[in-house]
Amino acid sequence: MAEAKSIPRIPLEKQTLIAVNGDEAVAYAVKQSLVDVVAAYPITPQTIIVEKFSEFVANGEVHTEFVPVESEHSAMSACVGAAAAGARAFTASAANGLALMWEILYIAASLRLPIVFAVVNRALSAPINIHCDHSDAYGMRDSGWIQLFVENSQEAYDTTIQAFKIGEDPKVQLPVAVNLDGFFLSHTLENIRMLPDEVVHEFLGGYRKPVKTFVDYLGKEVDVVLDPANPLSFGPLDLYDYYFEHKMHQIEAMKNVPEVVRRVNEEWYELTGRKYGDGVLDTYAVEDADVVMTVIGSTAGTVRHVAKKLRNKGYKVGMIRIRMFRPFPFNEIRDLLKDVKVVGVMDRGISFGSYGPSFMEINTALYDLSERPMLVNYVYGLGGRDAPPKDIEKAYMELLETAKTGVVKERLKFLGVRE
Amino acid sequence: MASEPRGWKVLPFAALPYKLSLEYKTGDWRALRPIIDYNKCVKCMICWLYCPDMAILWDGENVRINLDYCKGCGICAHECPVKAIKMVPETEAEG
Amino acid sequence: MTEAKSPYELIRYEHGKKVQQPLILNLRKLAEERKPILLPGHRLCAGCAAPLIVKLAGFAFRGPTIAVSATGCVEVATTIFPFTSWAIPWIHNAFENAAATASGIEAAIKAMKKSGRLPYDHIDVVVFAGDGGTFDIGLQALSGMAERGHDVLYILYDNEAYMNTGIQRSGGTPPFAWTTTSPVGSVIPGKPQEKKPIADIMVAHRMPYVATATPAHWADFMRKVRKGIEVDGPAFIHALSSCNRGWRHEINVALEISRRAVDTCYFPLWEYIRGKGYLLTDRSLAIARNPKLKQPVEKFLELQGRFRHLLKPENRHLLKQFQEYVDAVWEDLLNRAVNAPK
Repeated sequence: MAEAKSIPRIPLEKQTLIAVNGDEAVAYAVKQSLVDVVAAYPITPQTIIVEKFSEFVANGEVHTEFVPVESEHSAMSACVGAAAAGARAFTASAANGLALMWEILYIAASLRLPIVFAVVNRALSAPINIHCDHSDAYGMRDSGWIQLFVENSQEAYDTTIQAFKIGEDPKVQLPVAVNLDGFFLSHTLENIRMLPDEVVHEFLGGYRKPVKTFVDYLGKEVDVVLDPANPLSFGPLDLYDYYFEHKMHQIEAMKNVPEVVRRVNEEWYELTGRKYGDGVLDTYAVEDADVVMTVIGSTAGTVRHVAKKLRNKGYKVGMIRIRMFRPFPFNEIRDLLKDVKVVGVMDRGISFGSYGPSFMEINTALYDLSERPMLVNYVYGLGGRDAPPKDIEKAYMELLETAKTGVVKERLKFLGVRE
Repeated sequence: MASEPRGWKVLPFAALPYKLSLEYKTGDWRALRPIIDYNKCVKCMICWLYCPDMAILWDGENVRINLDYCKGCGICAHECPVKAIKMVPETEAEG
Repeated sequence: MTEAKSPYELIRYEHGKKVQQPLILNLRKLAEERKPILLPGHRLCAGCAAPLIVKLAGFAFRGPTIAVSATGCVEVATTIFPFTSWAIPWIHNAFENAAATASGIEAAIKAMKKSGRLPYDHIDVVVFAGDGGTFDIGLQALSGMAERGHDVLYILYDNEAYMNTGIQRSGGTPPFAWTTTSPVGSVIPGKPQEKKPIADIMVAHRMPYVATATPAHWADFMRKVRKGIEVDGPAFIHALSSCNRGWRHEINVALEISRRAVDTCYFPLWEYIRGKGYLLTDRSLAIARNPKLKQPVEKFLELQGRFRHLLKPENRHLLKQFQEYVDAVWEDLLNRAVNAPK
């Protein structure tokens, strides 16, 4: 086991302050990450990422080959090809664009290609809606990708860089989706701190390095890359005698992810002074809370603000922002929530015919406890519906009431919809 | 011919195939076997070129059929410009 | 007795070595100096033309090459886990994205070369895709690849139906052909539509090089593959790949059928060089110069069960329609070809 090098802190003066929107923040992160291939197709609200990046390419500021593909399906396909050839690859999309590349997502994960994908969360058609919700990200939750969700543009910049490191970790080798809320983050101006280029380069260990595996017919360990020196065949046909075993590889790889996400979060903290909870979950006032709200994405800011306000009034409330949704941190959630009376689970998406996906995960996390918190699912914000503080406060008060009565009147509630 | 299928703990990364198809002898698909009459063969190499299974080899002197892989399609016999190859039922062929 | 060295080898290029293999058309020399990119033990049907297309194309490669396959007969039969028949690096992604995958690989090679990480001067990228993954579901990705100008050679092995899934019709299926989704019934006699002119569509993209070929006209094919590889930018080769299962012909006549396809002008041989135009090649050029060499279309149909109904006396009018279709396409080509006699 390699000794962890202590990482010198980059002083704030060396971290350039710029005013950008979330999409631009991602574009700058990609610019500094020694990305070889960016293959992308425009869709609101992701467009600014690729537009900004195109400027870098046109000005010769990056060595990246930009492939302006003719559809999102081809975007992810080109990334798969590029990554198999040993390149560091990136793409971005949203909503129906993501839905169009759905089959390739599974292929990227099962071929163990550490592609990074910025998902600018947007609602799925129909009706066509360009605004924020998490249905697009939820739709890919089974695909084998790592899913990280950010709360603000600073985190979007930080996490995009981290995503390359996490995905390329030899124990992981999985693609990573970095989710940022459409319009709320993508199009809103924020001040963020950017690191110097060389610092990012060093953090990522330079260009992408392939991993090795032993292949019998070559008689040795070789780089897992399309390499004319050591011919390999990617993407074979599996019959029923091998497919299951190959899926076990992915299942095992997922188990290694939380530790890597946490470690990279710690390393980032040493480097920049910024961390996001423990990398997996970001909590506020959960330790002695009676009521906890879980939330994903930018709405966490509002929830934290409301929770602080209620704490000042004497209510014992807290919140958990889920940063890593896949793999889902079951044990940590269970440990944090086991003594809580009521948990409100906010979902900016729903699985029609069932509950919100976060709710189902948290339900599963708590199931084995002999004494469990009560759970209420708050589906909110679909299609970009705003979730103002007063709605969140109303939800908290309902949960506090539920804590008092000990009875969950309605398990699935909808916040902010007109009857 | 097939060994016990491996468990997931010992399979290569990323579902990469780890054996060459050379180990899979398609010769047992054959119902007809090509027999070369070397008196007639003019070594034009057409049979070698047109074999879809790379089952005809040139050793510098002669072409010969590699019975490990020959599927008996008969393309070589059909294409031979001097009709030096005959397709004979496997059951009748020697060896 | 010591084990003889296997006559079959992987094709490996050492990092840093500069390689430029000339095109060899002397078969003795070819057998001695080049190894096939496909290894035996693959599970394509006995008598299939597709492995020939891959084999002959491979003989025309010039150095380090990465192959990309779309889902289909070749992909499935050459990589049944844990086996692979590919002696060169190869990737299969999905059905409709061979061209997009190849685009990504080509971009990666450029980026890695730019940043000094490519251990070769150049790596060629070649796609092997069937008519399913090209005419229909793969057309978008191919069109995009062509428009963006990626330096990729796309070889279409056209067996004129979705053969791997059981002989269903594709955009490449000729009119009147029997397939499982265009069966010959009492009301509709096989496929009602014509064959999509895929090579002409690629010419319309103003690609630097487009050609048609068959494995039977092997020197013509190999020259065209080499041209396609050498050209800077996208190149497309439409190769006729007979299928004894789907076309219902004897397993030993794959090359015979390809010859008749060209002799009857059903599948003319030509190339398009941007800046020059259409040029007839090989047998088709000979036929253009001597129209007496053109065979009636029955010569192509009579070997194939999928067209059996066209040769029945009561279907004479359908046979006439088929001949007219072939003649119209041939005339059109003659009018366009800059080397056709006027």
